[in-house]
Amino acid sequence: MSWLIVGTVPRADFRLAWGPYTVQERAMEVLGANVSVARGTPALMATAFVAARALGIDPPEALIIGDTGSGEGSRALYKYLVENLERIRHAGVTFHYLMPDVVWHNKILWGLEELAERPLLVADAGFMYAAKMSGYADHYDLFTPDAGEMAFLADEVAPHPFYTRGFLLQEESMIPELIDAAFASANAARHLLVKGQTDYVVDGGRIVSRLSEPDTPAMEPIGGTGDTLTGLVTALLASGMDMTKACRTAALANRYLGVLANPTPAFGVAELLPFLPEALDLAMRDAETSL
Amino acid sequence: MNWLRGLLSRKAPPVRGLSEKGMLLYPSTGEVIRAEEALRQSGLEVAVKGPPPDLRQGCDMVVEFSLVQEMRVREVLAERNLQPLRVAVAQDHLLEPVSLFQSKELGSYLMVRAANMKITVDRRDRRIVNVSGGGCPDVPYLADMLVGQTLDAAPEPRSLGQTLCGYALQLAFDEARRQCRG
Repeated sequence: MSWLIVGTVPRADFRLAWGPYTVQERAMEVLGANVSVARGTPALMATAFVAARALGIDPPEALIIGDTGSGEGSRALYKYLVENLERIRHAGVTFHYLMPDVVWHNKILWGLEELAERPLLVADAGFMYAAKMSGYADHYDLFTPDAGEMAFLADEVAPHPFYTRGFLLQEESMIPELIDAAFASANAARHLLVKGQTDYVVDGGRIVSRLSEPDTPAMEPIGGTGDTLTGLVTALLASGMDMTKACRTAALANRYLGVLANPTPAFGVAELLPFLPEALDLAMRDAETSL
Repeated sequence: MNWLRGLLSRKAPPVRGLSEKGMLLYPSTGEVIRAEEALRQSGLEVAVKGPPPDLRQGCDMVVEFSLVQEMRVREVLAERNLQPLRVAVAQDHLLEPVSLFQSKELGSYLMVRAANMKITVDRRDRRIVNVSGGGCPDVPYLADMLVGQTLDAAPEPRSLGQTLCGYALQLAFDEARRQCRG
């Protein structure tokens, strides 16, 4: 199966690129251009690449552009994607750090749904915000929110996590109720992988798995550990693994990553990556015995 | 579950009379951040809020101000070449941004969260060691600019950020500074 990752890199001078990429230690090369692996979409891409290699499958392709927050890069990428949707013959697409824009989101979603073979659709970060705001969240196969973003999905009027009402900061203990509320208002994808102190795997509104161990508190402040989780689930789905098993295995692998790397809160994602193949191997064995 | 539904469906008291608040609309969140800063520096009381549903497009916010100060507001904005797209009366439909913080001590490190953004500082040398959370494309850029710098030397996120996530990071940054005063 082939997969496409769509997102941005934090550089204003990075031109649109669509194609295969490689990862070497702390850097990636995408069609001749170099990108450092820190957090955001590069962290997702690097994780998916290393995990795909460990799984013995072809790594994903990437469609990326530079955007430092003005949204210009995101809009140029949206336009290019809408004009080139016929290039998507992938089994799935993971959308990531992109400026939330409902109009462009809808054009892309409708275009993808008109393809002869609709790919599996995964959304995280800014594109997940746009998907929820559009009212078409339930057209997606997987969202990967953290606890705060879960509260945002549950609040039917919030246009962004910044405006989530009332229960913010207590949401870790309220995840099951927030999941119910998000599904009741059709503001969730068909599956959710909610990342937090406890990770939840949700299928059609029903919690099918909860994982709290092993726990490494220093992972929470490390920027990009949510991106590694989305990268892991991307690679596992690309390997053909069933959705709920892929979510559970990805969550477990991300937790083992913390145990094996034994990080301080000052670590970066690049320092975690060398431990990823072993973490994934441990998680695959655990998932096999516990499912 | 019922209390959650109650919270989600809680209705504001009926609006009586006209609002005393106005809102400034801009084409981008970056301009909202700059306008807010300019107005605050001029001593005007303003607040950043979420726009009403019919005006939402994406990563949006508006500046709320007191309508009686509209002339002064326009003057300050004109001086800074920050004229808004539109000035409108704000009824009670502006969303309140998150205003609470959550702090966590991890050994010598302090992690502060505001809305969906977290900043982590090493208390020993006041150095920013990590930035996490968020989903808008300026977050990785802001993290690159801030991580490794001390709270005193680091650029203010509002000076570089252009989105709601960048704005939330500014709030977390301010709170980290408050909690890590040298």
